[in-house]
Formats: sequence, structure tokens, C-alpha cells
Amino acid sequence: MFFRTAWLVLRKDIAIEAKSFEVLTTTLFFAVACVLIFAFAFVKEGRPVEDAAAGILWIAIAFSGTLALGRTFERERYGETLRALLLAPAPRAALYVGKLLGMLALLAIAEALLAPMVALMFQAALFSRPLLLVGLLAGGTLGFCAVGTLFAAMLVRARSRDVLLPILLYPIIIPVIIAGVRGTAALLSTPPDDATAIMWLGILGAFDTVFLTLSLWTFEPLMTE
Amino acid sequence: MDVTVGVDFDSVQLVDVSRHFGRRRALANISLTAGAGDIVGLLGPNGAGKSTLITLLATLAAPSKGEVRYGGQPASRLGPALRTRIGLLAHELHLYPELSARQNLVFFAELYGLDPRGLVDAALESAGLTDRADDAVNGFSRGMRQRLALERALLHRPRLVLFDEPFTGLDDHAVGLIADRLRALAAAGAIVVLATHDLDLADGLVTRVALIRNGRLISDEPAAPGLRARYRAQVGAH
Repeated sequence: MFFRTAWLVLRKDIAIEAKSFEVLTTTLFFAVACVLIFAFAFVKEGRPVEDAAAGILWIAIAFSGTLALGRTFERERYGETLRALLLAPAPRAALYVGKLLGMLALLAIAEALLAPMVALMFQAALFSRPLLLVGLLAGGTLGFCAVGTLFAAMLVRARSRDVLLPILLYPIIIPVIIAGVRGTAALLSTPPDDATAIMWLGILGAFDTVFLTLSLWTFEPLMTE
Repeated sequence: MDVTVGVDFDSVQLVDVSRHFGRRRALANISLTAGAGDIVGLLGPNGAGKSTLITLLATLAAPSKGEVRYGGQPASRLGPALRTRIGLLAHELHLYPELSARQNLVFFAELYGLDPRGLVDAALESAGLTDRADDAVNGFSRGMRQRLALERALLHRPRLVLFDEPFTGLDDHAVGLIADRLRALAAAGAIVVLATHDLDLADGLVTRVALIRNGRLISDEPAAPGLRARYRAQVGAH
């Protein structure tokens, strides 16, 4: 029942997105705009500022991810459908997992566009260690979405949710962003510093485990108003 | 899967229930019992606590004090399976406007562990939306959406049916349809709780009247003619 419910919620979100492309297009547009603005600021005469690429990649992911979180849960606010989901006879944590999977899929698409774009515009050898890059992106995105999905769901009925979400979210996910930036920067050094990247990947794994466990544990009590 | 197998109850009981939101008291020491076949009208002015009471009954919030019992057992003991027996129709319709009527019903049927085949077609027919089944809900009128929302709330044949201001914005025909459906549900053994401040509608529809003011239950008695006069005497002008 748990995984079936998570799958149903994910499938429903995909069906809605397939009809409107609203969240996907706004997220991608925002992410691309973010990287372009940084490119204008940090690339002078065709030469990028050293070590900027990793930070810009993760800032674009965090900002566009925050936008996507807000828009995804705005859908559940309209018509109070989140309450209808909470009324279903399934473990409420399964609803969280379904929404989390949808966010992960959305950000995976954004990252598939962002990573090559950052590599191209900042002449960064992001793909010198593709598996490590994918691991860092996956680990960082999971940590970001695990906390972000919980907070976005909590704030659905709050009047100032658009302001409160980043205020609550960013202080918590700073360790994840730092680990992502440092790990990615290690991949961009010459030669790539695999050992450091793997260390940051391990730290991301630890953060993910803690954040995911806490989110699954607290979702039901937090959502029972 | 037949979701009616498992948890069931023939009464719901609020025992000395209070609910606070921070320092604000929304409900204070409410005790109320409703049984199968009852249509309980929760009446009171705006902000009286009717919606909070519905939220507690729906298990969407927990009481700050006291207990809600379903067939004598608290919600915490019955677990998520309890929600197979609760249906809620509120002013907000709990529908996804981008999805079609059929997609909405299929999604919620599957969420309740029901086989949507046959069930969804019957619900669409009951809502009078068979020919609009594959149209997006955001193209529907308020009345069509409300009929669809009603079917969505009743897909799993709930024992406890909660209505929170379900008639807002509806024309007389739509109101009549929902009122008839509500009577049929009670006749079939459902416990119906209707929160409204529409006294004309409640008069002649509800079988019991619970008057709420400032979060307190000020009366709970069988329905009788002259509801408006009693309301005016106990709650104030309306």
C-alpha cells in the first residue's frame, strides 16, 4: 500500500504536468536565466572566473528547486487537494514519498540541462568524472528535496508561504549545498581530486539519510494540523 | 479490494473535545454523539468552530483535549484504515482542475484501494457527467464540479459523511440534488454531519441540530419546526 500510494501520487503529478508543463517550463526557464546571468557576470572576454562553476551550478539548482517546490504544492493548495490526499487510507508518509519522487524527477530534468550548460559557459570539465558528478548531483538533490518537500507541504496553508519556504529551507540545507559545491569543485580541479569528491559524496549520503529519516518520521504529525 | 471490509462503526462520539490554535480557542469542551441514519446539522455563525469540528471528525486534525471515538474506539487505535469509512465534501472541492473528471475519479478510487472499472463510470453517470467524462475539470461550471466532488467523496461508500458548507454558490436545482443524495445516504445507514449556516436548507433536512457559538456547543436536540426562531433565540440574529 505504501509504495502503491507513492506511485499513484507521482503518476498523478506527472499526468498534471504532462497537460500543463507549467512547473517544468518555469523551473527550466528560471534555471537557465540564473546561469545566463552568472555567465554575464563571471565570464570576462571569454575567460570565466576560476572555481565559479561549481557554486553557480548549485545555486541554480537550489533557486530553481525552490521555485519548483512552491509551484508543485501550489497545485495541492488549489481546491485543497492536499487535504483529500491526507484523507486517503494510506500511510501519510507515502504521500510525502510520492511528492518527493516528483520533485526529484523534475530537478533531474533541470540538472540534465544545467550541467552541460554550466560546463559549456564556464569551460568547466564537469564531465571528466561523470559517475561522481551524477552521484553528487543525486545526493545533493535528494537532500534538498527531502527537506524542501516536507517544508513546502507544511506551508501549503500558510499565507506567507512563498517567503517562509526559503527562510526555513536554506538554513537547513546549507550543509547539503556546501557538500555539493565542494564535491563538484574537487571534480573541477586539475587533475580531478577523486578522493575529496568521494569524501563529500559520503557526507551527502549521511545528510540524506538523516534528512529523509526525519522527514518520513515527522510528516504525519506535522500534517495533522 | 473492498474497503468496507475491516474498520466499521455505527456511531461517532466527541468526548469533551477542545481544540486550540496557539492561544486561540477554536472549540471548547464539545461532547456530541451521532449514530447511523442521523443527519446532524452543525449550525452557527461564521467562525463558530463548525469547520474545525468537521476537520477533527475527518482525522485531519487531532483534538488538543478530549477524544473523538468511532464506534467507541479512538482514531489512534483504528489507524489509516479508519479513513476508508470517512468521506468529506467541503466548499473547496478536492479536485485537480487540470485532470479530466474520469482521471480525478480514477486517481481517488485507486488511492482508496478500489478497482476503478465500473465504479468510475457509475459515479460519472450519477454526477450526470458521462458525456463530459474526459473533459478537464477547469472547464466545468461550479455545479458540475460540485456534483463531481460529491461522487469523489462518496466513491468508497463512507460510513461517516462530512459536509462542510457544500451548498455555497449552487443554484436551487444543484442544492436539491445534493440534499436528496444526503437523505439517501442517511437512509442507507450513513452518519451524516452537515456544517452550514443556511437555516432554510437545514430546516426539514437535518434530523438533529447542534448549535455552536464561539467554539461551544450551546444546544444539541432533535430537529423540529421553527429552527430559525430557536436559532435566533440561542445564537442571535440571523
